[in-house]
Amino acid sequence: MIRQWIGHFIRHIDSILLATVLMVLVVALMVLYSASGQSLLKVNAQLINIVVMLGVMFLVANTQPQHIERIALPAYLLGLALLIAVALVGDISHGARRWLNLGVTKIQPSELMKLAVPIMLSWYFSKRESMLRTADYIVAGVILLTPVLLIAKQPDLGTATLVFASGFYVIFLAGLSWKFILGSAVAFGAALPILWSMLHDYQRRRVEILIDPSQDPLGAGYHIIQATIAIGSGGTTGKGWLNGTQSQLDFVPERTTDFIFAVFAEEFGLVGCSLLLLLFTIIIGRAFIIASQAKSTFSRLLAGSIAATFFTYCFVNMGMVSGILPVVGIPLPLVSYGGTSLLTLGLSLGLLMSVQSHKRLVATD
Amino acid sequence: MGYSTELKNHQNEQHKFRVRLVFLILMVLSAFSALLGRFYFLQVYRYDYYQTLAENNRISIVPITPNRGLISDRNGIILAHNFFVYTLEITPSKTDGLQDTIAELGALVEISASDLKRFKKLRAQSHTFESIPIRTHLNEYEAAKFAVNRFRFPGVELKSRLFRHYPYGTLGTHGIGYISRINENDLKQLKESNQLSNYKGTEHIGKAGVEQAYEEDLHGITGFQQVEIDADGRAVRVLSSASPTSGNNIVLSMDAKMQEIAEHEFAGRRGALVAIQPKTGEVLSMVSMPSFDANLFVDGIDFDNWNNLNNSPDKPLINRSLKGIYPPGSTFKPFVALAGLESGKRQPPFTISDPGYFTLPNSRHRYRDWKPSGHGAVDMRRAITVSCDTFFYGLAVELGIERLTDFVRHFGFGEKTNIDIQGELSGLLPTPAWKQRRYKQPWYMGETVIVGIGQGYTLVTPMQLAYATATLANNGKAIRPHLVNAIVNAKTNQVKMLPHIIADQLNLSAQNLDIVKLGMMDVTRPGGTAAAIGANAGYDIAAKTGTAQVVGIKQNEKYNEKLINERHRDHAWFIAYAPAEDPKIAVAVIVENGSHGGSTAGPIARKVMDYYLLGKVPVDPAAAQAAAAAEAAVVNAPEVEEEPHD
Repeated sequence: MIRQWIGHFIRHIDSILLATVLMVLVVALMVLYSASGQSLLKVNAQLINIVVMLGVMFLVANTQPQHIERIALPAYLLGLALLIAVALVGDISHGARRWLNLGVTKIQPSELMKLAVPIMLSWYFSKRESMLRTADYIVAGVILLTPVLLIAKQPDLGTATLVFASGFYVIFLAGLSWKFILGSAVAFGAALPILWSMLHDYQRRRVEILIDPSQDPLGAGYHIIQATIAIGSGGTTGKGWLNGTQSQLDFVPERTTDFIFAVFAEEFGLVGCSLLLLLFTIIIGRAFIIASQAKSTFSRLLAGSIAATFFTYCFVNMGMVSGILPVVGIPLPLVSYGGTSLLTLGLSLGLLMSVQSHKRLVATD
Repeated sequence: MGYSTELKNHQNEQHKFRVRLVFLILMVLSAFSALLGRFYFLQVYRYDYYQTLAENNRISIVPITPNRGLISDRNGIILAHNFFVYTLEITPSKTDGLQDTIAELGALVEISASDLKRFKKLRAQSHTFESIPIRTHLNEYEAAKFAVNRFRFPGVELKSRLFRHYPYGTLGTHGIGYISRINENDLKQLKESNQLSNYKGTEHIGKAGVEQAYEEDLHGITGFQQVEIDADGRAVRVLSSASPTSGNNIVLSMDAKMQEIAEHEFAGRRGALVAIQPKTGEVLSMVSMPSFDANLFVDGIDFDNWNNLNNSPDKPLINRSLKGIYPPGSTFKPFVALAGLESGKRQPPFTISDPGYFTLPNSRHRYRDWKPSGHGAVDMRRAITVSCDTFFYGLAVELGIERLTDFVRHFGFGEKTNIDIQGELSGLLPTPAWKQRRYKQPWYMGETVIVGIGQGYTLVTPMQLAYATATLANNGKAIRPHLVNAIVNAKTNQVKMLPHIIADQLNLSAQNLDIVKLGMMDVTRPGGTAAAIGANAGYDIAAKTGTAQVVGIKQNEKYNEKLINERHRDHAWFIAYAPAEDPKIAVAVIVENGSHGGSTAGPIARKVMDYYLLGKVPVDPAAAQAAAAAEAAVVNAPEVEEEPHD
């Protein structure tokens, strides 16, 4: 009976997705062990995070997409209410208002929005299916931009960008017209010089440093300079596990979290980097396949958006650490140390699996 | 709608969706290719370059601290400047064993326990390749001794760093402020304001007064050198650099000479003085006595000095001019008088006959005048001149507390003056609403009576009273007081004058103003409460004396009964502006436990005005003697740096 029960439970698990994710997680734990100065404490803590993440993934995979659809609106409204509460009475830390103190615990509502926004938008488009008009895109725009602006105002530009991306992918996949996309891009390009002239000197300086960190080698630039040396000195095959001098000697900052990729690249070289990119590509590719096979609008929009958002995390993080993108605080999915990011990933992966395993049920519905 | 069309629609939808997906897939592939290209570039094409950097370990980024801006008085006398001091610094990662190095260094030059403590603290906050001072203020002999032995100490370097110095020591410390070592709290604030990288290499930060309020201007922008360092941690080659931008110099509105005269005239008594230019809001002097030597704080104050300052019953660390709150006493009367005139409640020829006390209707309680026999027939002008309590008791009652406070609030009572340094208190202008909030009790008529003569709950700071006096002298136009006149760019010498901000503008009738001003001028004439102050002045002084019943400075510390008893006498107030016809200076003085304003506080104000208006510098017999002695001694004396004197 137990076997039957387990069989029922893992029926909804996508083996390709799970296998690839587990491979990345194994690599991640090895790198974390090295980056933390060989601290088993940190590895154990991350192991617990991983167990929680996998548990969440299993649970969500066993939930039917229709149930997810039902919580779309409440989850979104709750997130919005919390964001407004943050703006009014949130705790300030490091000059930004991001946390809401509930007395018992502190929560960061912007994190919730990373999934609540794409779910909400997928639900909205599936409701309006077959009678889509321009007005719907405007409504979708409002649904998306309200939380994004609230988060940007905290200020937390990194999260705002990611929430925007996750929602924008839904709107894009729902068929936002090319004319509009091109038009907005051109309009934004044209407005840039005007925006620039409206900024204060110190604000411009901050933007300049964001784009070119080497202008501030004592601050933001220091991270990038050291991370680039770490990656470059890794060479083709890397210095070997636990042998990265830049990392072991304290030169790479934030090396268990946002900059963990620099440690990986130093110790495993170009070969390792290529393999990691390949694993990420498999995860993203599998997610895209799940999206293209999904039978309901809601499922396919959500799966597509999750796939593209996962890609965005990977690209922005590795781009930042290797010095081709500005420094924004974004962790590398599955690899960086930290529970919150893994929890969101567990939810996302669970959603993908739920979409994949329930597609027949939906089709015959 | 048939099933087949729905299916068709569905397939159509799915097709459109897949086209979009393909676009995203192409985006993923091209982005990942770009990443792969970047990795190839770094790890294969530029491998040798990065490999060398990592091997030699490496690049070090050395901050170059900017010179802190100078602070001078309005006449260019330097009140805060920098001078070079030799320091010994260690780069921990470059030494052959840190403990041994420190031990051997200790045999060469003295390294105290507190030096070691500081070193440990700094080390915890720095990267291992940053150089950290182990000893500061080396003398030439010590510096030379190390230089000869330098080869024995890899990772140790002799550097010269700038230190802050306040040449006049205790002069005007509460206004000028001081800098001190950056602590955890400062670091947190710097981090929150995104200033941390600009403070790499900076050890000090403004902690009080102008040094604190104008920190951003004074600090400047840190430069840096990106250097390649050898195995000993010494720079071999500069890869790139940016020079620092010195902090801006600051010109105060303070007149150092006037400040010195005022502080000296306090002659060891506790109190405060604030002198303002009424038309500009420039603060000419801000005295809080006793003062303390700001130089003690620059390199971290030692325990004994700190204890002495912090536990002294005289509270030298408190800036009395901004934080001392006292009842204004009779100095409040001119403002109440104006309220009476402007509201129409008291217009000439209104006169009372003062029996020496005031009673409320239906009450037998007598509010007594300071002169038991009474002042006889008193009109508004004379009421100010002789400081007739009875007249103002009645006026306050007729105005009512709300009308009274609403009017005098325009002179800044009960509110911060918003002077350009931090920490001032707002005093208190009591209202029924305030009392309800604070004590949950209704307002009593008797409380209105005594507000009329500046007693009861009313509290002011010396700065507020000077500001109110200046506003009165300026016919109701309130200019926000400020300590800084101009900011001078150290590089271009470009002078940025700070604007005079009009804080409030009261439209007062010239007739009413005249009555109050004439009453105040009579104060310093025969028959007035401070007749002695006006004698032989050579210019007209409008003034008012006052006495504040002792409540003392707000003290959180344990109350020391023995000392309190000695300090039970009233505080003496004196406010004035001159020349009365065209005011150039407004002054408020308080002498704690000084009894009567005219005899203790007034003479100080007179000396200050004499200096400012006539250029008179008081001759002090003791100081003259000392100067003569010093002159005689100078013949055989070695060359010395300019020393503070008082």
